[in-house]
Amino acid sequence: MDTRHKILILDDDADWLALCRELLAALPSRPEILTANNAKRALALLETEKIRLLISDLKMPRIDGLQMISIVRRRFPETRTVVLSGLEDEEYRARAYALGVDLFWLKSEMQRNAQLFNECLESLLGQSDRDSDTGFRGLQSKSLMDIIQMESLSRSSTVLRVTRGPLVAKLWIQDGELIDAETEGARGEVAFYRLLAWKTGTFENLPAEPDRERTIHKPVNALLLESAQSLDETANPSLEPESVESNLHRKTMWKLSQLTREGAEFVIAVPLAGQGEPEALGTQNFSAFAQWTQRAVALARRLGDRLEAGPLSHVAGQNAERQVVLLARGDRAFLVGWPAEAEDNVPEKSRKLVASWDS
Amino acid sequence: MGFLKNIFGGHAAVQQLPTGTITVDRQGRIVTSTVSSAFPKNLLQDIGRDVLGLFREARTAQMPLAEVSLHYGSLRITARELRGGAIIFLLPQTALFPTPTPARP
Repeated sequence: MDTRHKILILDDDADWLALCRELLAALPSRPEILTANNAKRALALLETEKIRLLISDLKMPRIDGLQMISIVRRRFPETRTVVLSGLEDEEYRARAYALGVDLFWLKSEMQRNAQLFNECLESLLGQSDRDSDTGFRGLQSKSLMDIIQMESLSRSSTVLRVTRGPLVAKLWIQDGELIDAETEGARGEVAFYRLLAWKTGTFENLPAEPDRERTIHKPVNALLLESAQSLDETANPSLEPESVESNLHRKTMWKLSQLTREGAEFVIAVPLAGQGEPEALGTQNFSAFAQWTQRAVALARRLGDRLEAGPLSHVAGQNAERQVVLLARGDRAFLVGWPAEAEDNVPEKSRKLVASWDS
Repeated sequence: MGFLKNIFGGHAAVQQLPTGTITVDRQGRIVTSTVSSAFPKNLLQDIGRDVLGLFREARTAQMPLAEVSLHYGSLRITARELRGGAIIFLLPQTALFPTPTPARP
């Protein structure tokens, strides 16, 4: 009896399908590769073949990838799903994970990190074998602490990749023990505490890296306890005034260090609804900038609505001395100033700064 | 010119995004345009007026800008200040093929 797994690749690009077929056929478990260039054909194959793993693109005509994943999760719950997309947008990543996909991978990353991608696929195929009759899927709305505790209790070995907008963090767990953490230039316990302050995000399991150098030696529970204590102290308004002041000072210092590390000149946070005062770091005379920020967001949004151009991503401006990036997030807008000679990708760096500022 | 409109009708059901370049003078009047004539003139004037407004208010805030880019989900508007007026590039975006930034002069 043939025990080879079947992988179905769905993409409307014939060249990409051919490339994937070639790459995946070389996986160590030698899976059988099927391809479909539209959702209708893919669904027909899912009906007739026992597909272990579906790899789907997102941007396709008629039925797009997200719709397809939604259908497959409902009608073929035993099929593992992987999104392989060219859309470098965190919103799509979050939506795909909310639908319950097992893995979201960028096409560009797949080509750069082919070996890691293959290991992830092998791991998913292996899990399909083991868990075909047992186990639950569809973990949603759990706090990061819960997820880490679960990994720890089950003594598993994995790399947890956590994403919050443009921010990315990784936790290395070996036999249930947290051995390393990394996020935005920080490593070890510092990175772990910073990560636990994130309120929302998505996570994915990557294959374990047993050779990772150990930087964290405390037990997971001790770290979680310390972190919970520290978060409580920041959030609890009944604390002594000195303690609140000290927390505020710590927070300000941390924001300043972020600003310096990224190389930005200033950040101004402006409430859009007119409630509250603007908050600024790195500049003294910010009221005029804050006023421009408020007006520019209102004007840009109004113009976007009239043109039906979609949501406002950001406004960028520059002169001989500096560059500015304006981002609107919920009820606040942020104006980030950069030196004129700052490298490109300033909008992305601004997004990261604002996301960490907000966490 | 324009006989095709008589045969097929003047307006598409869905408003197309503008593509091309316009220049506006300091009063916000359109001086030159390479945007399709099917695109509503009043919307082009709105773009010119709002872009000049952004430059003007930035000057008032002691932050004079030489270039401003508005990035939307499906359109990018890049404007360069031009002696009180502006040259404005309208570049529709697709997720897979975002248009590159025009080279600086």
